[in-house]
This record gives sequence, C-alpha cells and structure tokens, in this order.
Amino acid sequence: MADYREIISAYKEVPGGIIEAYHAVQKEYSYIPEDAVVYAAQVFDMPKAKAYGVATFYSYLQVGPRGKNVIRICESAPCHIAGADKVVAALEKELGIKMGETTPDGKFTLEFAECVGQCQATPVITINSQPYGDVTADKVAAILAEYK
Amino acid sequence: MAEEMRIVLRNYGKVDPLNIDSYTQVGGYQALAKAKSMSQPDLIEEVKKSGLRGRGGAGFNTGMKWGFSYGVKADQKYVICNADEGEPGTYKDRIIMENDPQSVLEGMAICGYAIGANKGYIYCRGEYPYVVEILNKAIAQASEKGLLGDFNIEVRMGAGAYVCGEESALIESIEGHRGEPRFKPPFPPVIGLWGKPTIVNNVETFANIPAIVDKGADWYKGIGAAGYPGTKVMTLTGDIVNRTVIEVPTNTTIRQVLNDFGGGIAGGKKFKAVQIGGTSGGFIPESLLDTPIDFDSMSAIGATLGSGAFFVMDETRDIVDVIDRISKFFAHESCGKCTPCREGTQRMHEMLHRVKNGGAVAGDLDFMERLGSVMSKACLCGLGQAAPAPVLTTLKHFRNDYTAKFN
Repeated sequence: MADYREIISAYKEVPGGIIEAYHAVQKEYSYIPEDAVVYAAQVFDMPKAKAYGVATFYSYLQVGPRGKNVIRICESAPCHIAGADKVVAALEKELGIKMGETTPDGKFTLEFAECVGQCQATPVITINSQPYGDVTADKVAAILAEYK
Repeated sequence: MAEEMRIVLRNYGKVDPLNIDSYTQVGGYQALAKAKSMSQPDLIEEVKKSGLRGRGGAGFNTGMKWGFSYGVKADQKYVICNADEGEPGTYKDRIIMENDPQSVLEGMAICGYAIGANKGYIYCRGEYPYVVEILNKAIAQASEKGLLGDFNIEVRMGAGAYVCGEESALIESIEGHRGEPRFKPPFPPVIGLWGKPTIVNNVETFANIPAIVDKGADWYKGIGAAGYPGTKVMTLTGDIVNRTVIEVPTNTTIRQVLNDFGGGIAGGKKFKAVQIGGTSGGFIPESLLDTPIDFDSMSAIGATLGSGAFFVMDETRDIVDVIDRISKFFAHESCGKCTPCREGTQRMHEMLHRVKNGGAVAGDLDFMERLGSVMSKACLCGLGQAAPAPVLTTLKHFRNDYTAKFN
C-alpha cells in the first residue's frame, strides 16, 4: 500500500488540492487515516483543525478506519419508496452487522447515502462506488459474493 | 402525442464518447470556430438573445451572466462547469457527460472565449468516479488535437455534499475549503474562484451552447415556451411505467411528460402526486398537471422546474412518510453556516417525524407552515430557501394526508 505521505505530497502544488489529496488517500486505503489529516495540514499549510474540518464536512470522505469494501445504500426519496428498507434489512442479515458498522474481518462496511444518481433503477446501492440498480433482498447475496 | 426534441442530447447514441473523431465528424468544434470568428460582445449578445436560461435550477439568462464577467477587467478569469448534480431523482448531467462529453467541453471553451478566460474546471460529484474518467479522457483528446486552443480544463471531484451544487459553495470546495456558501453580493461572475470573475454554469447549459452558436439565437428562441425557450432534459423516477430520461421542448405539459413519455402510472394504479425539480421541488396534484414545464409556468403554480427530475407517486403512497424522509435529507445536508437552515431543517424534521408517528399536537401544522415561510425568506442560500417547499406544497395540496395522522 502506498504511503499516505507520498500520496498527499503529490498534490502540494495543486491549488486547493487538499480534497483531491483526500480522495487519492481514500482510494488507496478506503478511508483517511487520522494521521493523514495531520500530515495534510502540514503539506497544505493550514491549521490541523481546518484540515480536519474539510475532511469531515464531506460525507463521501471518512476519517478513521472502515472496511475494505464500502457498501452505500441510497435512502433518498425515490429509493425510499422503491423499498430501500428491505435492501437494508437483507444486507444487515447477510453480513451480520448493522448500518454504520464494519464486519469483524474488516471486509465490509455498511453506510447510508443520499442520491447516487442512478434513479432509473431504484433502489440503488454502490459498492466501492460501483452502482447496482433494481436491488431486491433476493439479489443481495449474489452481489456480495463478487466481493467475498 | 408530444414528441421529444433533442438539442442537448443531439449526439446521444451517435458519437463514441471516448473517440473525439466521432464528435468532429458530426460537426463538433465548428461552433467554437464560429464563436471565435465573432467579437466577444457579439457572441455574448447572441447567447443572450437566444433566451437560454441556466439549466441547473435558478433559470438566470446565461448570456447576461457571461456579460457580467466580460465587463470586469481582471488578469485571470475562470469558467466552471457545475457537474455536482445531487438532487435526488436527477441523473441528466451524468447521461450528458457519459454520452457526449465533448459538447460540454466545447460549450465551456466558447464561454471561455466570450468572457476572456483560459482556465476551466469541471466540478463533478464524487459519486461519479466513472464519469470523471470519461471527462479526463475527453479533455486529453481535445487538448492533443489542439481543439481547445489555449483553453485548459481540469476536473475536480466533489465529495458528497449536496450544498456544493450552490455556485459559491462549489467555488469554496474547489479552493479546498468546506463547501459553505458565501454571502452575496458580490456574485461569482464578478468575484468568484480565488477572487476572480467566474462563470458557473450547469452541464446542460454548456451542452446547449454549441447548438445555439451553430444554428443561431433566432432558431433557439423559437423553440418551446417564449420566456424559457429551448428544451429540458428530464429524468422520470418513482411509480411510473418508463423510468427513463427524455428531452422535450419547454412548452410540453406535465401531463404529457407523465403519459406520453412516462407511459402513465405503474401497476395500473392511480396518480397521487409528482414532485418536480428534485427533492427541493414542490409536490403537484392532479388538478395542476396541464401546466407547461417551463420555469415561469412552474413558478406560477408555486412549484419549480429545478433540475427537471420527475418523482412520481401513486395513490398508495404515504405522502407524510415521503416528506418525513425528505426533511431528514435536508437536516443531513444543511451545511450549518446560517441559523435558519441549520436549526430550521432539524426542527422541521422533528415535527414531521412526530406527525408521521401519530404524536402531533394541535398547531403543529401551523408551526410547520410558519417555520417554512421564515426559512424560505431568511436562509442564506438556495438550499435552506427551497428546503421547506415539499412541506409547504403538501400542506397546501395534501393537507388531509397530514390530518389523517392525528389521533
């Protein structure tokens, strides 16, 4: 795994590049380590509080550990009426964890999301940003099998 | 039977998004060459005269906006394409960028020439990393062929903040800050990105530009509704037979969209409501379905065209449950900068939750109306101002659904 210091330093000269740097770190780690926020503050020459404030403002960014595969379930209105709650229940049952939790083996994290822009096929989930549409409780096991 | 008209999606299915030659073969980049043969004021006047109004939701005259930036002397100006579409039920910008990215780049380059900017940014939402890849390939191809001239475009990725669809919050985010809206004035066309004059236009707005320059303002302003000419790309979601994307002239009515393109309500059920323009849009009952979709006609019925999303609900849907969900969305997405929005969205969600669960007390509905009215006037940006619209319009058109929850 690439060192977050190298990843962040590569964006030093990019104006306003801290968010791009966070994206790059998260792509490698699946989350942003706390120490990476402190390091980003140094690289972009800002107070730690500000670097932390930026990282925690955006719901797509996660400071602190989470699973290797991040499953996000859209709960916006179109997915809500299409039965997102049944998909949530099926995912929780299949993985044996609740929303917001990570499996003990560190493989999966379940998160709620707002609209992911695939509303032609509600309800929608994404796994590591890859969208899956028209998800039903029956399809959950097969989708997860690709990542196990 | 109403018919589709494709201006924005003119190349949909006809070009290979990853091969720029297929775009130039259908006349791509001729509009940019034509634009550069005109003087900047003449070009801006042409866009102004076409009547094109911003397709992101605010509906401001595009040429007029460009004129503000052109009129400011500065050593650097910027063009930003707002591709942060986050309105639930909306995916039109994704469809445009996935299928015809070069149209968007060409539109941006035309704007760059018009206002005197040599640097552009596309702020694409973080949920679309696959679109970012397409855009980067498209930019590389256009640059390699020298088609963009000295205009340089960079893609920046959003990170899941709905408020960044607001142009000044978007600018803050590109600068590497928390995406909190700025106090206005000054407006971005005068003081925007890094303090420089900046035009922020929506993806769909930019995709219209090459066609307008190519065929002329008179052609464009003759299409659709007089006050909001052209077409609108709409996405149909919810309890409708065809969950699809369409592009129609702006004088098409809501009913035509639902029936002629949507194929009516799914499962043979009856219509209950449609929310148009995204999750901040108003709810529309059966009695208003003959309204044309254009910006002004929608405003006149207390609704919005917004992003063009159509979220359809059948007779079995619990309106209060849907509104409760929507109010949770706004409580989550409020950036917290101004008090009316930070507090208002939370309190609105609390009250709705109480109504939904049968715990409402007398006067709650009146409180909700009063809070909504205050928010629509006092919030700093469009997020907070529009957040109460679903509540206020359902209290107006579907009040019985609320009172039915009272014990």
